[in-house]
Parts: sequence; structure tokens; C-alpha cells
Amino acid sequence: MTEIGLGHYLTLGAVIFSIGVIGIFLNRKNIIVILMSIELILLAVNINLVSFSIYLNDLTGQVFTLFILTVAAAEAAIGLAIIVVYYRNAGTIRVEEIDKLKG
Amino acid sequence: MAAHAIFFYFFSIVAVISAIMVTVSKNTVHSVFFLILDFISISCLFIMIGAEFLGMIMLIVYVGAVAVLFLFVVMMLNVAQQQNQWFNSKENSGHIPIGLIISTIIFFELIIVVGGWKYKPELLSPNITKISDEISNTHSLGQILYTDYIHVFQISGMILLIAMIGAIVLTFRQREGVKTQSYLKQISRERSEGIEVLEVPSNKGVKIDD
Repeated sequence: MTEIGLGHYLTLGAVIFSIGVIGIFLNRKNIIVILMSIELILLAVNINLVSFSIYLNDLTGQVFTLFILTVAAAEAAIGLAIIVVYYRNAGTIRVEEIDKLKG
Repeated sequence: MAAHAIFFYFFSIVAVISAIMVTVSKNTVHSVFFLILDFISISCLFIMIGAEFLGMIMLIVYVGAVAVLFLFVVMMLNVAQQQNQWFNSKENSGHIPIGLIISTIIFFELIIVVGGWKYKPELLSPNITKISDEISNTHSLGQILYTDYIHVFQISGMILLIAMIGAIVLTFRQREGVKTQSYLKQISRERSEGIEVLEVPSNKGVKIDD
């Protein structure tokens, strides 16, 4: 219990990943919360990469965490820009009312 | 070792609770604040297990840039009146059990992977970059980031540039009827189009603007 190993970190990553997936599925609010859930999922992936990198004594995992961070920042910027444009055109960003494609 | 365990449980419980609050909180601004708390506790965990450069970068990039960007958009878009409606609409809530089932399946799959994972040193590639004890984490990351991974690094810079241009192109709009100063027009003005030289006949005057 007091010995924190790789399994503890991976479990934390799994829990946060699942919370992110639940947040995407169960969201009835605006689309911004979905973007935040995607950020949570990427964060869980980063936890896994960093903990494997530390426990396998290999630095490559941390390098790739850095690149995931870059891509996550770019994705957040683009997604928020799309949301701003959509709000300007449609006047709403509620998930239920975004049904132009009848999906 | 006990202190490490105590800090791990503290930060991970804070992280999990704030992750839950991100998805269930009624106010979107509160969700963004809980997201910031989540990032801070995870970066404390990173610093604790020895990836201090990544922890600090997470603080700077996520808390300093991404979360503030989220906050900015949330406050700009007037989403405060669009309150949370979790399970109010009965007619199209059919996806909720499916979502729960899929999330639980994903969670248990990840747990099974964690439980069945075994460390096999012979499966590792022989040219791994070992974490050295002599130099700091930042130093060793920089040593391989700018040598072995220089192309990936430059591609990620290109991704950021494209994202910046894309965000500007998406949100930029030209408004009608707004008087702005046009430097190009000002400095390309010439004497011939600015003034007009007229021959004024004596005792007759001249009529302009007709």
C-alpha cells in the first residue's frame, strides 16, 4: 500500500481516461466541455507515457509527451476557433441543438 | 517512501475528483477551473516521479495558455445562461447507457492491461536513451530533443504555426462600416491625386465640386 509502483500511476491514467470518455458521452451542455474532456484524455495518455518512461528508465517517453502536449495545444486552439465561428453563425453551442447533419 | 505514497494519494485523489467535477459541474466556468486544478495536480505528480521539466511545461502550457484560452472563450460566448440539463430530456437520452457501458469497458480493459503487464527487458530495443543520474532531467531531455528528435521537433513547430494561422483565418472577419486607418493608402498617396491645380481666370472666380 505504501509502495507506489507503476501500476498505481497506470490506474490513475485509466481512471482519468474513463472519466474523459464518460464526459464526452454524457454531455448535454455546450461543446466546450467536450473539448475539455478530450484534454483530460490526452492528459491520461501523458501520465501513462511519463510513468512508463520513468519505470523503464528510457527518456523517449518524455520526449513524446512533449509532442503530445504540442498537438494538444494546437488542437485546443483550432477547436475553440471553430466553436467561436459556429457560435457566431448559429447562436448556440448546445450539443442537442447542433444537428445540422441529422446524425 | 511513506511520504511518497501520501503525496501520490493526495494528488491523485485531487486529480480524479477534479476530473469528475469537470464533467458534471453545472457552470462551464467552474469546469474550466477544475480543469486547471486537474492539470496542476498532475504536474505535481510528474515533478514527484522525476519528470520535472514536463511538470513545469505542463504548468506553463496548460494552465498558462490552454486553460486561459478556454476561460476566454467561455466568457466570450455567453454560455452562462445555457445551464446544465443532464437527464431532463427523456426523449433523446438513449445514448447515456451506451456511453456508460463503453466507458466501463474501456476502464476494465485498461485495468486488465495494467494487471497483465510484465516487464520483459529483452523486448526493449537496445538503443534506448537511459535516464542518467548525473545530469538533470531538463539537460538530458534537451540533449536528445535537439539531436535525435530534431525533425519531429521541427514538425511540431510547424503544427503550431499551422494551428495559429488556422485559428486566425477562422475567427478573422472584416466588419462593414468601421472606419479604420489604412497605412498603405496613406503612404501611397501622391501629390497628383491629393491636390488639383486650376487656372483661375481673373475677375471670374472658379467653381469646384460640381
